[in-house]
Amino acid sequence: MAITTSTPPDTQEPAAPPEPRRQKRSAANVWLGVIAWVVGIAFFFPVFWMVLTSFKQETDAYTTTPKIIFEPTLEQYEGVFSAGVGPYLVNSLIATVFSTLLVLLLGIPAAFAVSLRPVKKTQDVLFFFISTKMLPVVAVIVPIYVVVNQIGMLDNIWTLVVLYTGMNLPIAVWMMRSFFLEVPGELLEQASIDGAPLWRTLREIVLPIISPGIFATALICVIFAWNEFFFAVNLTAANAGTMPVFLVGFITSEGLYWAQLSAAATLAALPVILAGWVAQNKLVQGLSFGAVK
Amino acid sequence: MTTTTERPTAAPESTGGTPMVDRAEGWRRRAPLLPALVFTIIVTQIPFILTLYYSLQSWNLVRPGSQEFVWFANYGDVFADSQFRTVALNTVIMTLGSVLIAVVLGLLLALLLNRQFAGRGVVRTLLITPFLITPVAAALLWKTVLLDPTLGLINFVLTPFGGSGTEWISNYPLASVMAALIWQWTPFMMLLLLAGLQSMPTDQLEAARVDGASAWSTFRELTLPHLRRFIELGVVLGTIYLVNIFDQVYMMTQGGPGVASANLPFYIYQRAFLGFDIGQSAAMGVVVVILTLIAANFALRLIFKSFSGEQEAA
Repeated sequence: MAITTSTPPDTQEPAAPPEPRRQKRSAANVWLGVIAWVVGIAFFFPVFWMVLTSFKQETDAYTTTPKIIFEPTLEQYEGVFSAGVGPYLVNSLIATVFSTLLVLLLGIPAAFAVSLRPVKKTQDVLFFFISTKMLPVVAVIVPIYVVVNQIGMLDNIWTLVVLYTGMNLPIAVWMMRSFFLEVPGELLEQASIDGAPLWRTLREIVLPIISPGIFATALICVIFAWNEFFFAVNLTAANAGTMPVFLVGFITSEGLYWAQLSAAATLAALPVILAGWVAQNKLVQGLSFGAVK
Repeated sequence: MTTTTERPTAAPESTGGTPMVDRAEGWRRRAPLLPALVFTIIVTQIPFILTLYYSLQSWNLVRPGSQEFVWFANYGDVFADSQFRTVALNTVIMTLGSVLIAVVLGLLLALLLNRQFAGRGVVRTLLITPFLITPVAAALLWKTVLLDPTLGLINFVLTPFGGSGTEWISNYPLASVMAALIWQWTPFMMLLLLAGLQSMPTDQLEAARVDGASAWSTFRELTLPHLRRFIELGVVLGTIYLVNIFDQVYMMTQGGPGVASANLPFYIYQRAFLGFDIGQSAAMGVVVVILTLIAANFALRLIFKSFSGEQEAA
């Protein structure tokens, strides 16, 4: 079973039938609900504080007693933009969007081949894909750096596009495979009896069924690509740096300006937080290679 | 159905394919797979083969022309390096410690979230946010807003209990990094275990309730065995992802003081990009791969064992 079916709060689920002997249970439930709220807020609080601080003046951010009431300002965001965040945002966008598109372009046919029309050896290929995720990035960074340097692609955003595609492709193939497996076999059989060509079967029957799954897969690729730092910090500099690289450079150049730093961190984190909220029901499926739905 | 792992055997039949697929048809079916396969091999396997090759060479980028073949000398140096051993131990502590604590906390949260209460969806959304936030930004938050000795929120909260002024990051660097990791990974474990809890057959729980079993014994005898596979999966996935952690170490402590909070990815980064020692960092990369393979092999075995155990029980 999927975790839950819809993204919004699950309050619309039917409550447990009111039975007298459940009275004690429900009192306990209320308390456990309160505890859950407290823990949830505690986990979220640092993120909330980051966003709040980003609207403060530096003098309000830098106090020994944390300030909740203050005059909000957009000054910090202006500061971040005048510090030149623009190109870094664009680089992050290019790396994220194009690597995700490339993952889908390569991954959808691959997932189709290993799930709906498998032949011998495709299982081996599946396990090959998962095994590449067990290969630590540090074990390949040295030759990647040397090769990229030799072909003159250091500090080039397309280098990151290629590497992020390689990083996300195995996850995407496994995740989409689990969606493909949900396509009813009879539909495909019917199509093959009708003599529909493979491409049309894929486009007209399979894709509409699995498009929510593909969307979720894309969002998860977006999250990973946007957040990636290791390749970015080692292979890029001023031209192709992404948002995480900007954040690091920002610290060293601006020192401890918390409010402005918070504004930069909020800009870096917000797009993926939103993507993740939308994809939250498929997050586990993606990270567990489709093993858990 | 909670897993797809048992399904591959069923899939070929359900698509109506005959067991004997002729050669041309076989290639037609395999063809869509090839671009992805070739791409992955180029991006991941060729660099790894190069890593193996570099690891047998003495090669420092700042000394041009220093490249020479030295067989396994780099490996000897790596194992003789006492810092490397410290860092390897740090990596094990950081990875396993964070994963195990995150799993325990995640289990508690999943049990809380598996109940009906007002605004459950909102609480779940709040809880998963730390997992989504850019790791570099998260590390930054921990370093400044939370753990700063004079202005940090944690010391502010601890002040009434006489705990103010603690220099968390300088005094407890490894624990500070782990705190940030646990904050980010507990939500993922919670989601995974919540999926496990929600896949439990409700009739079993209902039967236990009718029999008057206590909540604790229901949990121990029904819920926990059912969750075992999910817990193991969480440990394996957490280990695979966390063994590669770099961002938090880089941002919060730079591995310091000394190598007190450095893990293998950070140490290799230092050797390669600050020391420019290609040969030795490649050798360390190979060692990491071997260690990961041993861990992954052990972990996969565990998973398969629990899979077959469950099938017998079913």
